[in-house]
Parts: sequence; structure tokens; C-alpha cells
Amino acid sequence: MKNQRFIREVRDPSRRLLFLTIGVSILFFVLLMRLWYLQIVKAEEFQNLSENNRLRLAPVAASRGTILDRNGEILVDNLPSFSITVIPQEVTDKDGLLKSLSRLVGMDEAELAEKWLKGSKRSRYQPIILASNITRDQLEILEENRLSLPGLDVAMHPIRAYAHGLLGAHLFGHLGEISEQEMGNVRFKGYNPGDYVGKSGIERNWEKELHGINGGRQIEVDAMGRFLRTVSERSPITGNSLVLTIDLKLQKAAEAAFGEQAGAAVALDVNSGEVLAFVSNPSFDPALFAGRLPAETWNRYLTDKRHPLENKALKGQYPPGSTFKIITALAGLEEGLVDEDTTVTCTGSYKFGNRSYGCWNRKGHGTVNLRKALRESCDVYFYRLGERLGVDKLAFYATKFGLGKPLGIGLENEKAGLMPTKAWKEEKYGKKWLSGETLSVAIGQGYVLTTPLQLAAMTAVVATEGTVYAPHLVKRVVSPEGTVLQEFHPAVVRRESLRKETWRAVKEGLFAVVNERGGTGAFARLYEVKVAGKTGTSQVVKLSNRRGQIPYQYRDHALFVAFAPYDKPEIAVAVVVEHGEHGGSAAAPIAGKILRTYFEGTGVIKKPVIQKTYSSATPREISKKTETDTLVPEEQNAEEQNGYD
Amino acid sequence: MIDRRLFTNFDWGLLFLVLIIAGIGVVNIASATASYSMQDTSYAIRQVYWILIGLFIVIQVCSIDYHLFADVAYWFYGVLTVLLLVVLFVGKTTMGATRWLNLGLFSFQPSELMKIVIIMVVAHYLANFTAPGRLTLKDLVNPFLLLGVPAILIMKQPDLGTATLVVLIALSMILYAGIRLRAIVTLLLAALPTVFLGWHFYLRDYQKERVLNFLSPERDPLGSGYHIIQSKIAVGSGGLIGKGFMQGTQTQLRFLPEQHTDFAFSVFSEEWGFAGCLVMLLLYLALVLWGLNIARRCNDHFGSLLAVGVSAMLFWHIIINIGMVIGLFPVVGVPLPLFSYGGTSMITTMVGLGILLNIRMRRFMF
Repeated sequence: MKNQRFIREVRDPSRRLLFLTIGVSILFFVLLMRLWYLQIVKAEEFQNLSENNRLRLAPVAASRGTILDRNGEILVDNLPSFSITVIPQEVTDKDGLLKSLSRLVGMDEAELAEKWLKGSKRSRYQPIILASNITRDQLEILEENRLSLPGLDVAMHPIRAYAHGLLGAHLFGHLGEISEQEMGNVRFKGYNPGDYVGKSGIERNWEKELHGINGGRQIEVDAMGRFLRTVSERSPITGNSLVLTIDLKLQKAAEAAFGEQAGAAVALDVNSGEVLAFVSNPSFDPALFAGRLPAETWNRYLTDKRHPLENKALKGQYPPGSTFKIITALAGLEEGLVDEDTTVTCTGSYKFGNRSYGCWNRKGHGTVNLRKALRESCDVYFYRLGERLGVDKLAFYATKFGLGKPLGIGLENEKAGLMPTKAWKEEKYGKKWLSGETLSVAIGQGYVLTTPLQLAAMTAVVATEGTVYAPHLVKRVVSPEGTVLQEFHPAVVRRESLRKETWRAVKEGLFAVVNERGGTGAFARLYEVKVAGKTGTSQVVKLSNRRGQIPYQYRDHALFVAFAPYDKPEIAVAVVVEHGEHGGSAAAPIAGKILRTYFEGTGVIKKPVIQKTYSSATPREISKKTETDTLVPEEQNAEEQNGYD
Repeated sequence: MIDRRLFTNFDWGLLFLVLIIAGIGVVNIASATASYSMQDTSYAIRQVYWILIGLFIVIQVCSIDYHLFADVAYWFYGVLTVLLLVVLFVGKTTMGATRWLNLGLFSFQPSELMKIVIIMVVAHYLANFTAPGRLTLKDLVNPFLLLGVPAILIMKQPDLGTATLVVLIALSMILYAGIRLRAIVTLLLAALPTVFLGWHFYLRDYQKERVLNFLSPERDPLGSGYHIIQSKIAVGSGGLIGKGFMQGTQTQLRFLPEQHTDFAFSVFSEEWGFAGCLVMLLLYLALVLWGLNIARRCNDHFGSLLAVGVSAMLFWHIIINIGMVIGLFPVVGVPLPLFSYGGTSMITTMVGLGILLNIRMRRFMF
């Protein structure tokens, strides 16, 4: 009995002990299974996570490629820029640090504090940029006081250096920090936040070549995000260089020729379509966009009536004025409506319907043939020719010469200009085309709009007698090591075959504009080279009274297109001087200077031994020879009168 | 003084097993603390001292016949309960919890010792039942009161981990003592509303946070969920054979929280991988089963209940700690016996081992 109780007492618990043993083993097995899951099944995933934990990629920005002119002169380059950064985690006395920093380098303490606040919202271990683009002096002061400024660091990154200051700013374009929107774009794959990208001009359109490949340092950090060591390093790869078609000397001369005047000039190599000069005046300082643009500069740019930020050569759309008469003449000749000897009598106005369309010369030009009509820019001749052609024929020919649509030069937002047709007006305004409007179009007024680039291209086609080249800005893409990666050869887009006599008659007329007595373009005359051209004055607003001082923004635009040499053309130029009033006096001299510089470059014109600037010497020389041309303003706009007649 | 038979019956195997685990623990602590600043390099050495002190305590505990524990159990229990009350009012506060009692020379955590004392008290109470295996609900009132009072006091500190352990140890012993099926069912039914009410009225916000973060660590990846995520990364990235001693990036770069104490196993997992973990689990399983085996071979009820209690204490520490490290349980401050750095844990464990060895060497003495 006692024995049995003993057995029961012992055996019973030992059975329960067996259960406990099994239970214990099961729970251990659960742990083991979980470990299997984490360490075997999910091992790779967790290994990646642990790598991400410990490794950070510190981007190292690549230097952008340089931009060179056609002769290898540096236009845009890089230089090192220093910025002050701080890691909040490592700073114990924030206010003290900011105070001494502002005292040492002379920066606004409140501004520093604001930047700190903004930056520290991200992570206490990420460096905040307190000031970028600090001066050498500031850098030196910081280096000297490094020990008393714990947590501060100086970071170096390359920024753009513009070798010639404001020169070609619109063409080269400016850089800006990559926007959030751009970050999401596939075009900017591989870019880091804070990267600078081209925002306009060449910088923007050749971003892919210029940017280079960012490098990176893989650094090991601890749980606090503190730098421990560099694990691996990938050097950044400098972007490719661009050799432009631009000729620095020509660009410089063209910009200088504008002086304070607003406007645009484009010079093209007529035998290749290469853009030799691409000017929009006044310019802006692209370097200011690399850092934070000072508000006052920004305001100055915005309030300047001359619109320095606008790329006028590409986006400025101006009525071509009398330069359009080239098209009207070509169309008339080709259509057989006139020949060289066809004459028209200009009495100073032309009555069409119940309205009178005036010639700029109210006294009238008398008997006018094509040569004289071009030379003296007789409006009545072209009213009558335009009337017979009709607007659609005009548009047909204008389109042949590249007007009314973008040329595709490879810059952003190239403007198309406007070449109206009957159908266009019907669609746009739902109104029938009025025959009177054709008269305005025939002299480059009314709806017609052109860009300086289009005018240059149009002139180049006239110069080559129909060979249309694609205008382009980049000659070569060159790797940092100097290997040519891409070369852009002149490409003939199409040939416009007009009759030989058509070309000859118009070109003779254009020659007369510059070189004959009574010609409106005498200011562009060179004695060493035969220049042919056409003046233009395009109306900004209709004014009944043109006497006295007209406010700047209401003054007419002055235009001039030219090519040279007359016999064997090499270069075509288009100049627009905004509110310059008269093409012959405002735009032609600039074209003349550009042409002179060009032919000095080719050796055709010997530079005078005693350096004289043209502005003082040449025009006076010309004015002595052709007094009447220079004293009398060449043309007045036609519509000015007819609007009120 | 000590009986020669005691010496011949001494369980060298158990001691050897304990020293192996503790030895691995020391090596692991050396790695876990390698990244600490220079003056902290002595963690591993200090752990060795704690082991030596622990061994001394083992000898002390062995030298007293364990039957004596039955007589003093209630006294210990009473004194400790009072101390727990004292702690609540005058204890030293670290990390938001008041667990320590400053005794001048050293700090002391009554709740730690309560784990041992609750084993003794419950063993003593259950051993007096003549009909083991038939515990009714009425029979459970007293033991529940015995474990309930300290559990609630410890919870108040607040120390969820230790309170849970006290309850789990006592429940394990009751389960071993044998309980009627009806009682179990009733208890389970009662547990549900208790959990519900406890959640709403008893748990502190940070404790709720921990439980919620355990359930979904991504809730707050940089806050309290951070620990679980980083620990899982450390364990998982160890892979099959680990990153090697002192090579664990999570450890050496200090992504792990409390990596030489509660998360020591996380360090080990990262550096030794699944292979190392398998070995460690087998060693710990051996330790627990060894304890149960001592219970099985013990001829008196009190002794075997005591051995089951100590085994349960070791077992639940292991399960909760490793479970926490690998994301199976919420983060509660439960150390891994013999492995986590720390004197308190080491001494408690060694007292338990002393009791096991004590029972083992006196199994033929009646």
C-alpha cells in the first residue's frame, strides 16, 4: 500500500515531466525554426539591410565639361568653390558657433540660424550647408579658427567659371540646383539632390554630355551616422567638352557693338550653317545663378526695360519689317509677276480699296524698278507686288526660307515666329483674310513675326542661292581625354531652286542697299569686302504723331540683314536693335562691325596698325562719302499713316 | 564538514555545461563591447569576476541542505515582499523604472531574488499536498495569492519582464504538480478578460508601445521599434556561418541596443550565424533538460518541485530573451542566463544552479 502510493507519487510526476520535456523541446524548436527563417531563408535580405545600415554613399559631384569656341578658346570652365557645412550632431553650442561664425566671416546670424533650422529637420547627422561659395579670405579665416569651431567643415565642389563674364550668357545658359520635379525625370537618372544642372541654353540642351558622371565615396558610418572610414571610392568622371561653332572674337565684337542697346544678332557661316555669333543684349551674369541670386540683382534684371534675361536671338519675335521685302521680291520674280525692268510709280502712298497705304518717303520715290525698290526700300513697289502675289504665295516663299517655324537649332523653346496665311487667319480668328492685310505682310508688317535667328538663316539661303543648311551651335563633342566623340558636319537640309535671274536680281538689289547712293544700308559698307544687305524698321505701336521724343518702349525696332562677300558669300548676319528706330542707322553699323571683325579674322581685312575703333572711325568715313544716306532716316513705317488715313 | 558522499555525487557535468555557456558568453561580451570606449574594455573581465563570484555562491548554496529552504521560504518571501514595497517608495530610479535598492555598498534588486524565493515558496506549498496531480481550483487560491502579490508589486516598478517571469515560473511548477483539467479550462477563460482589463487599466503607455511595436516594428522604425528591427537585421545578416568573431557590423557599429546585456544573443547570432545559434540552443536545451532530469531523479516532492522551478526559471529566461532578440516576443528587459553581462542576473542564475546541484547531490539522503 505504502509502496503503491510511493510509485504513484513518483510515476505520475515523471509522466508530467515527460510532457514538460516535450513542451520545452517544442519551444526550443520554435526558436530554431525562427532562426532558420531569419538566418537562412531571409539571410540575403537582412544582409542587404545591414550593408545599407553601415554604408552611406557620399556623392562627389563631377566637374562639368568645358565649353570652347571654334578655335579652342575657353568660354565656360570650372573652378573650385568652397562651402561651409556643419553636422548638427557634433555641435554642442549651436548659438555660440553661429555667433562666432557670423563674426568671423561676416554673415548674417539670423540667416545662418534659418539655414540651420531648415537643414536640421532632416537628420542630425547629415551635413547642412550654411554658406556656399565663400571667398578665399573667408576660407582662410575659417581654416585659422578651425579648432574653435567644432562641427564645422569646409566642402569643395566645382562650380562654373565664365571666362568672359557676361559674354554669351544666353547662349551658354545658366545652371541651377536640380529641382524635385527634375529628380523624378528619367533624363536625370543617377543625379543626386543638390546637383547643378543646365537650366537654359547650351548647358541645358547638352546637359547629358556636359554633366559627367558623379562619383561617390562609400563610407562606413556607425549607428549615429558618424563617419568611420572610406570603404571604396569612385572618382567622378568629368563631363565631355563642347567645341562650339561660335567664334569668340566675333561674339565679343558683336556684343561690344551693341553697347547699351537692347537687341540680338546672329551670324551664320552660310556654307555650313554654323552659328558664328549668337548675341542677345544686354546680357546677364550666369555666375550669379550658381549660388543664390541676390534679390537686388534679380530685381534689377526683372525691372530692366531691356529684359536682360530674355534670349532675344532665339525667342525674340519681331516683325521683320522691310527685311521681308527680300522674300516679296524673290516671290514676285519667281512667279514672273515682275522682272528687273518692271517699274512702278511711287507717289508716296498707294490707294487700295478705300484706304491709303503710305510709303515711308511721303514725297515718293518716283519711277521705281526692283533694284531701286530694294535699295531705297520703297513700300509702294512692294504693296503692289504683294497685292498681286497674295498672302498665301508670300507665305509659300517665306516658308522656303525658313520663316514661320522653328529651325531646330537645338536650344530650348525656340520660337517659330509667324507667317500668316488665309487659312491661318480663318482658323485663328474665324475671320476672312482682308486683301489690305496682304499689303502689310508684303513689307514685313502685320501678322508676320520672325526671330533674329530666322532672319540670319533666311539671309544665308539667299546668299547660297537656295542651299539650306541646318543652323547649329556645336562642332564637336570631346571627351575629357581629348578624344572626339561626335563631330557635326554641315548638313544640307534641302535646296530651294529658284531661277538664276531671280537670285541675281534680288542680290543685286541687296548690293545696292549697302553700296549705292541712296541705299539705306550704307552703314554696313566695307571697302575691302562687298557687302549686300537689307534694312528694316518694324513698328512696335501705331503712333499718329511721330514728332518729338517717343517713349523708349514705343520706338520702332531697327533691323538689318546682310551677307558677304557679295560674289562668294561666307557669312550672313542678322541684327535687331530693339527700339533702335531705324535699321540703317542703328542696326546696320552693328552688322558692319561684325562683318569687319569676321574678315579681319580671315585675313581679308588688314587690321589698322594704329588701333582705331570702328565706332569713331568708320561711320564718319562713310558719312563723308554718302552724305544723303546718313543724314536722312531711311524709312518710316507704312502703316503708321494708313491707320489714320 | 561536507559529507564525502556529497562530493562524489557532485554533478560535474552540469557545472561543466554551465561553464561552457558562461565562457562563450564572456567571449561574446568581449566582442559586443569591443566598440565601446577604451575604459569600457573590462566588461568581459568583469563578467569573469561575476562568474567566479557566482561559483562561490554555488558552493555556498550547495553546502546547505535544500530541505532547509522549505523552512525559511516563507520568511524570505515575507522579507522580500516588504523590500519590494520599500523599493516602490525609496528605490533608485534608472531608465524610468524603480527596481534597485541602494544598500550603501551595492545596489540590489529584490525582484531578481523574488524569482528564486517564489520557487521555494510555491514548491513548499505544493509539496504539502498529499494528492498531487489533482489540484483543484480551490487548491490554487493560495499559490495564486503567493505569486500574485509580488507579481503585482514588480509590475508596479514597472518591470513587466520580471513580473511575467515570476508568474510563468510559478505556473510551470503548478502545471508540473498536476492540475485538474477543469481548473485549467476555467483559468484560461478567466485569463482572457484579465488580459483585456490589464491592457486598458494596468499597462503603462510605454509598455503598450512595446507590445504594439513588437506586433508591427515598422510602426515606429526609429523609435522603440528600432530595437527589434536592428536586432532582426543583426541576426538575419549572420546567415549560415556568421560574419566572424568581432566582425559583426551591426554590433561593431553599435546599431544594436544594449548589446552586451539583453541583446547579447543578437551579437552572437550575427557573428556566428545559424550554426553558432544551433550550438547555443542545444547547450541551453541540454541545461534545461538537465534540470528536469534532476527533478525526475529526485525522490522527494519538494526537491523535484524545486528543480522544476529552477529549470522553469532558466527556460523562460532563455525563451523570452531569445524570442525577443529574434522578434518573436516584445522587447522586455529579460537577460539571457549566463550570457548577458551583469552581476544580478549571474547571481540569480548561479543560486538556481546551486539549488539544482544541491538537489542532485542529496538525492539519496533522506
